[in-house]
Amino acid sequence: MTDLPTAPATPAEAAVPRRRPGVRVRVSGTDRVLLFLMVAIPLVMVVLWVWLPAIASVALSFARWTGVGGLDTIEWIGTENYKNVFTNYPPFAPALRHNVIWLVFLFVLPTLFGILLAVLLDRELRGTRFYQTAMFLPVVLSLALIGFIWQLMYSRDQGLLNAVLGTQIDWYGDSNVNLWAVLVAASWKHAGYIMLLYLAGLKGVDPTLREAAAVDGASQVRTFFSVVLPVMRPINIIVIVVTVIESLRAFDIVWVINKGTNGLELISTLVTSNVVGEASRIGFGSALATIMLVISLVFITIFLSTVMREGRR
Amino acid sequence: MSRPRSESEYLARLIPPSVAAAGLSRRGFLKGTLGAGAAVSLSSLLAACGGGDDDGGGGGGSASQEVTFGSNQSDAVPKKAYADMVAASGLTVKTNVVEHEVFQENINNYLQGNPDDVFTWFAGYRMQFFAAQGLAGDISDVWGGISGMSEALKKASTGEDGKQYFVPLTTYPWGIFYRKSVWEEKGYQPPKTLDELVTLAKQMQKDGLIPIAFADKDGWPAMGTFDQLNLRINGYQFHVDLMAGKEAWDSPQVKKVFDTWRGLLPYDQEDALGREWQEAAQSLLKKESGMYLLGMFVGQQFPKGKEQEDLDFFAFPEIDPAIGTGAIEAPIDGFMMRAEPKNEAGAKELLKYLGTAKAEDIAAKADPTSIGASSEADAASYTGLQKKAVEFIGSAESIAQFLDRDTRPDFASTVMLPGLQTFIKNPNDVDGLTKSLESQKKSIFTS
Amino acid sequence: MSSATVTSSPATPATAVQPRRRPLTAGRVVLYVFVTLTALAWLFPVVWALFNSFRDYDYTSANGYVSFGGFTFQNYTDAWQQGEFTRHFLNSLIITVPAVLLTLFLASCVAFVVARYSFRFNLVLLGLFTAANLLPQQTLLIPLYRAYREIPLPLWMSDSGQLLDSYWGLILVNVAFQTGFCTFVLSNYMKALPHEMFEAARVDGAGVPTQFFRITLPLCRPALAALATVQVTWIYNEFFWATVLMQSGDKFPITSSLSNLRGQFFTDYNLLSAGSVIIAIPVLVIFFLLQKQFVAGLTLGSTKG
Repeated sequence: MTDLPTAPATPAEAAVPRRRPGVRVRVSGTDRVLLFLMVAIPLVMVVLWVWLPAIASVALSFARWTGVGGLDTIEWIGTENYKNVFTNYPPFAPALRHNVIWLVFLFVLPTLFGILLAVLLDRELRGTRFYQTAMFLPVVLSLALIGFIWQLMYSRDQGLLNAVLGTQIDWYGDSNVNLWAVLVAASWKHAGYIMLLYLAGLKGVDPTLREAAAVDGASQVRTFFSVVLPVMRPINIIVIVVTVIESLRAFDIVWVINKGTNGLELISTLVTSNVVGEASRIGFGSALATIMLVISLVFITIFLSTVMREGRR
Repeated sequence: MSRPRSESEYLARLIPPSVAAAGLSRRGFLKGTLGAGAAVSLSSLLAACGGGDDDGGGGGGSASQEVTFGSNQSDAVPKKAYADMVAASGLTVKTNVVEHEVFQENINNYLQGNPDDVFTWFAGYRMQFFAAQGLAGDISDVWGGISGMSEALKKASTGEDGKQYFVPLTTYPWGIFYRKSVWEEKGYQPPKTLDELVTLAKQMQKDGLIPIAFADKDGWPAMGTFDQLNLRINGYQFHVDLMAGKEAWDSPQVKKVFDTWRGLLPYDQEDALGREWQEAAQSLLKKESGMYLLGMFVGQQFPKGKEQEDLDFFAFPEIDPAIGTGAIEAPIDGFMMRAEPKNEAGAKELLKYLGTAKAEDIAAKADPTSIGASSEADAASYTGLQKKAVEFIGSAESIAQFLDRDTRPDFASTVMLPGLQTFIKNPNDVDGLTKSLESQKKSIFTS
Repeated sequence: MSSATVTSSPATPATAVQPRRRPLTAGRVVLYVFVTLTALAWLFPVVWALFNSFRDYDYTSANGYVSFGGFTFQNYTDAWQQGEFTRHFLNSLIITVPAVLLTLFLASCVAFVVARYSFRFNLVLLGLFTAANLLPQQTLLIPLYRAYREIPLPLWMSDSGQLLDSYWGLILVNVAFQTGFCTFVLSNYMKALPHEMFEAARVDGAGVPTQFFRITLPLCRPALAALATVQVTWIYNEFFWATVLMQSGDKFPITSSLSNLRGQFFTDYNLLSAGSVIIAIPVLVIFFLLQKQFVAGLTLGSTKG
């Protein structure tokens, strides 16, 4: 999208509603001001609320500060916080591991399952509306609420799972199983979301491609992998990135269960528990936050460049 | 979730804080005092005048002027108790009630913003921390006029500079609680030494009881066990120094504590990390467990009347005869004064009153799982449990507050909490654990 | 959950395909069975919560949960009272409605400029906005929290005197976060609007406000409706900022007040179910009534043609 015409479009070109009309002429003075404001105000807001704090987080990660007292009580200590995070903080390694597990699990199970469902539902089934609604229902629920709903399944004494299986497993409390239990609940939501994205993408696939493949004698499966999947490339990338971002941002469900302790540590909960409440390890928490930020930005950049590039086509 | 400090607080926790605080917000309270017709803006304005009038107006003021009082007693019963207590002071007091958990979590903000002249808080390092930061006012002169406080209480109210910053109101002991009826029936006796405790536990197992109820989902209850063991094995001074960061966590003394604890773990209720303390207390109530090391607030889980009266406790048994059992844990609730109060004279008057037995009686009556701190408190109307607590605390040589009150809060919550949970899951790697605790402590205690 | 999911060209939203008469082969039967079972399995947790919300706690603690009976409506009234839902729903309303309106308005402004006029930095602009939407919120927690504490607000805007613990604080942070996604979607949508209209309007002497309010926004109604649906859901479900930036319990929006329902030992799960159902109802209503718009909002632009 960088090769945008800045020259004014001729009336002839105006007939085609392509991208850049590129009108720069005849913008009156007041209009100019208005246009400027229309962009500037939201921009300022986003910069102030998101980008400046992001930069401040990075800056603070090089400091030691309790948050009590003014900015003059900040003590700059270089990379010591990072050193401590990596070598001197037992919950960090599990948290990192759990985030990776979260990502892999989300990708392997709900994402692939969602894609499968989308492919299946794309087959002109009767009652497809019902199936879509059912699978999509969890997507509108908040993760915190999902944590509570699944508590009814997972509770040691009152949960359905133990009642049916006859076991006494403390699904949310036993650190050997609780991450998996939570992941099942999160996948319940994630699968529907991916299904939706993929279904929408599939609907946009040119049917002639499929017909051509069918004429050539390709089976359904073969058609999918050789014809449909490559065409869905932008959607595939979106799905991957969405999965990564969601796994990095996992927080709500774990926080309502046990505030991210005892097997449910995630980097997001570590940041929060180091800062909220009475703890106040601001510099240390910021170092954790910066690590999160860096990882996220890598994926966000991939996402943006893909999306922008697709837009140019 | 921190432990509740009163029965009513516990009951209030069954009701969400927002319900309890309904109508108790600053605005609501002001509306009440000004009369029903007060417009919202007017009361907000007055709130601004009363509480938001910006930088500390400095000392001065007189006892007849209004004193502002920030209280964390947000549930119905203690709120009323505190209101009665304050009303009986004879001073003009404007109370600002904030929900209990919220008050605690926001203490940093609160004290740096515009705190009330007098506010509720807890004794221990956390009090000293704010005093050292200059956020609390020196009230040593108030202590000159208070009687009935033991040396231990005074020690717990003193800042690092030797001045007093805190006035105690109520307190409650930590001990090993049990049901008298169950013990009588089975013929158990309170153990005096660790060996006797273990023998008793084994006996309980044979009798089909869980010897020691245990719950550590919230992370802090296990700190109670650590504290008791440390006090018994290494003594009060070592414990205090350890909390202050002056002793090493990977020292042989601390390792001994963990090793001893490991010996007790087989007698603890299983799956503690998935259980909250209320559930464990219920197991004591339902006669499924034999004993429970907790604070006296465990009684809040027992219905009033026969059940509560069946509750009794004893001191954690002796481990080292040279140290004995003179050190106890009894967190103290009380009050502090902000630095540069608007009405210093009035604030000090109020504090002096709050330090009297009269004030304490009103509070302790509302919550029978805590007792007045002063020895002059009217113990006659106390329940059996409260009376025992009075004697227990009164005869203690030294009083510790509790790990998360005695040490830096960031150390307590981000290091000790997960550290102790790790120990419970894997009690065999004491060397690794203590080494990690020590190196983390060093990184936090540097300032 | 608020990841952006769109590529550049807008498209029609996914709709249910009319089923054609297809021969019922064995394979197709298997397909139907599989999909039906999956759908039922997916619905189960919510149905279970619904089922239990109508049951009396005493009954279920006596007979266990794998039982049938003990129906009552009491849990709903109890949950509503104990959870103080009136106040919390009101809070949610106070926060969600202005936030959605403001977000859509600001996003439309930026989209309008980006779509109609080309500037060199359009790309950067869009990038800044979209990326803002995707960042994990915890990374911004500390500076925002501290800044919120410092910024004073007049008391008629916030009774805490600061941005912290105020409705405005929460509204603004949600707006800042969600604007990016909406901008992206709207800019794509607006780019596809016929250019001649604006030419004609300009010839007629219409200035920016007229073009914006009289022409563009009405044409964008479908996209705005779709986005509004999605935004209401997301902001209503928002949990993190509400938990950390609000401090008075009585100001919490409904999702963050969930923890209040989690009583202490006697965690009455039936009560919890009833509360969960109540909290889920607004989004479920939106979902059922406006499913098409919701789906459109999420997928606008991710399909071609």
